[in-house]
Amino acid sequence: MADVIANVEVKAPPAGLEREPLVLNQRSLGWISDAIAGVAEGKTPRWWWIAFIPSVIAMTVMTVMIVYLLSTGVGVWGPGHPVMWGWAIINFVWWIGIGHAGTLISAILFLLRQRWRTSINRAAEAMTIFAVMCAGIFPLIHIGRIWLGWWLFPLPNQNSIWPQFRSPLMWDVFAVSTYFTVSLLFWYMGLIPDLAVMRDRAKTKIRKFAYGLFSLGWTGSNRHWSNYEKAYLILAGLSTPLVLSVHSIVSMDFSVSQLPGWHTTIFPPYFVAGAVFSGFGMVLSLLIPLRTILKLEDIITVRHVELMCKVVLATGSIVGYAYAMEFFIAWYSGNPYERYAFINRAMGPYAWGYWVMIGCNVIVPQCFWFKSIRSNMLIVFILSIFVNIGMWFERFVIVVISLHRDFLPANWGYFKPTWVDITTYMGTFGLFFTLFLLFIRFMPIIAITEVKGVTPQADPHHPLGGAKPGGHH
Amino acid sequence: MAATPKSYGLIAEFLTPADAMHAAEKVRDAGFRKWDVFTPFPVHGMDQAMGIKNSKVGYIAFAGGVTGYTSGMLMIWWMNAVDYPIMIGGKPMFSPFGAFPPCYELTILLGAFGSLFGMLFLNRLPRLHHPLLKHRRFALASHDRFFIVIETADPKYSETETRKLLESMGSKNIEVVEE
Repeated sequence: MADVIANVEVKAPPAGLEREPLVLNQRSLGWISDAIAGVAEGKTPRWWWIAFIPSVIAMTVMTVMIVYLLSTGVGVWGPGHPVMWGWAIINFVWWIGIGHAGTLISAILFLLRQRWRTSINRAAEAMTIFAVMCAGIFPLIHIGRIWLGWWLFPLPNQNSIWPQFRSPLMWDVFAVSTYFTVSLLFWYMGLIPDLAVMRDRAKTKIRKFAYGLFSLGWTGSNRHWSNYEKAYLILAGLSTPLVLSVHSIVSMDFSVSQLPGWHTTIFPPYFVAGAVFSGFGMVLSLLIPLRTILKLEDIITVRHVELMCKVVLATGSIVGYAYAMEFFIAWYSGNPYERYAFINRAMGPYAWGYWVMIGCNVIVPQCFWFKSIRSNMLIVFILSIFVNIGMWFERFVIVVISLHRDFLPANWGYFKPTWVDITTYMGTFGLFFTLFLLFIRFMPIIAITEVKGVTPQADPHHPLGGAKPGGHH
Repeated sequence: MAATPKSYGLIAEFLTPADAMHAAEKVRDAGFRKWDVFTPFPVHGMDQAMGIKNSKVGYIAFAGGVTGYTSGMLMIWWMNAVDYPIMIGGKPMFSPFGAFPPCYELTILLGAFGSLFGMLFLNRLPRLHHPLLKHRRFALASHDRFFIVIETADPKYSETETRKLLESMGSKNIEVVEE
C-alpha cells in the first residue's frame, strides 16, 4: 500500500479550512529554544535597565509609604466617615482581577484545547502571581494594626477565640491565599521542563547550579512526561473552578452586605467577567511591547493578539450587560434606596467616575469588532491601557460611590484620596514591574516545551514530524 | 564487551518524533523493561508506543482533594461550634453552606498539592544526579533531539544485540552511557 502513495505530496487543506500556524515562518524546534531562552541569556540589554531602575525606585517609594502608614496610622489615607473603604480595597480588587487572566489562560484555555495559549501562558501566569502579590499587600496594611494580621488565619487569638467563618472576609482569605499558592504551583510546574532547557544551555557555574537545582533533575523522560501531563491536566481542572470562585468570593465581600449598590446577586459572575476582562487587558499591555522588543513576533503572532482582543470584546460586553442589568434591577426592585444609589452613580457628584468606567469598559472594547483594529498593535496597546483604567474605575464606582451617600443625608460626604493613597498605589506598579522584569531576565518567558509541542514537526503523524506518507503512524 | 558495572546503558539518537516512536514500538515489542524515551516535549502517542499504563497521579490528587474538603469542614465545625461557639445574628453555630467556600478552596489547594507532589513522587524527583545528565550529547534532549536509552540493568540487555536492534531502527548515533 505504501508504495502506491509514497510519492504523493501531503495536500494542503482547502483555503477556507487552512489555519494560520501557531509559530510563523516554519521555525525549527531548536530555533524556539534559542529565541526564548536567549532572552534570559547574554548581556543585560539597556532597555531592561531603563525599565528596571524606575521600577525599583517606585517600589522603594511604596515601601516608604507603607512604613509611614504603619508608623502613623490609617489616618494618612483618605477614608473616613461615611467612606470607610477607600483605595486600599479598590486596589486590592483591581490587582486581583488582573491576576485572573493568567490562570484563565493556563487552565480554562488548556481544557478547551486552545493551543494558541502556549505562546502567552507563561508570561500571563507570572503576571498573575505578581499581581496577586501586589493585591495581597492592601488587605494586610489597610487593617491599620498590621501586627494583628494573624487574626485572619485560623489561629486562636489571645482570648482563645477563633476566626468567624460565617463572614465572607474569612472566605476571602482562603480564596486569595489558595489562588496565590495554586497559581504558583501551576507556574512552577510548567517551568520545570523549561528550567531544564535553561540548565542544559547554561554556560556559567552559577547558572548551571541554579537552573539545575530548580529543574529538579528533569530529564525529559517519557515515563516522567506521562505523569507530568496527567498532573498538568488535573491542575488545570482544579484551577478552572478556582479562577471562577476567587473573584466570586471577592464579590461576596460586597454582596453579602446590605448596602444598596453592593447587595446584588449579579456580583459573582459580573466580577469574574470583569476580572478576565482586566486580566487580558494587562496581558495585552505587557506582551505587545515585549514581542517587539524581544523579537518574538513569530511566536506571539498577530493572530494571538487578535484572539486576546476577542476575549476582551466578549468579557467587556458581559460587563456592559451587567452594568445595564444592575440599573434594570434597581428600577425593577421598587426599592427607593436601590434606585437612588444607581441614579446617584450616573448623575451624582461622582458621575465623572461612572462615565469614565462606561467609556473604558463598555465602549472601548467594542472597537475590537473590527479586524483592522485588532491587528494594529499600537492601537490594541493603547486600548488595552484604557481597559486597565476602566476596570480601576469600576471598583472605584462600586466602593466609593456606593458608600459616599448613606441612607440619611446627615451621613453624606465626598471622598478624596490623599497623596499617600496615590503614591502607595503607584508604588505597587514598581513592585509589579520589578518582579516582572526580573522574570524576563532570568526565566523563559514563554513555555518553550509547550510551544515546541504545538508545532507540526512535533507531531509524529505529520510529514514534518517524520511521518512516512501512508504509514500507519 | 559485556555490561560492566560502569556503564549505565545504550543511548540512541533520533531526529524526528516519528522515528523515535517507531523505534519505541520495536523496543516495547522486543520485551525490554528498563528503558525510556527522552524527548524535548511530550510526544503524543508515545505512551502507547512504550506500553506505559495510565498515570496514577489522579488518585493522589483525589486523595488530596478529599482531605482538603473534610478537614476544612471539621476545622470550621470544631472552631465555631465546639471549641468557642459565638452566637451571631441567631444563625446556626455550624452550617455546611456557610462553611462551603473555605472548604471548596481547601479542596482545590490540597488537590493541587496532591497533583504536583504526586507527580514528583511518582517520577522520583527531585533528583540531584543522573548518569544521563553527564552525557555529552544528552543536553540535546531538551533542545531538538529524541533519545532512546536501554539500561544495562535490563535482563534482556546485551551490548552487541541491543546495539544491533537500535541500529536496525535507523539511529545514526548510538553510544554507551557511563554510570
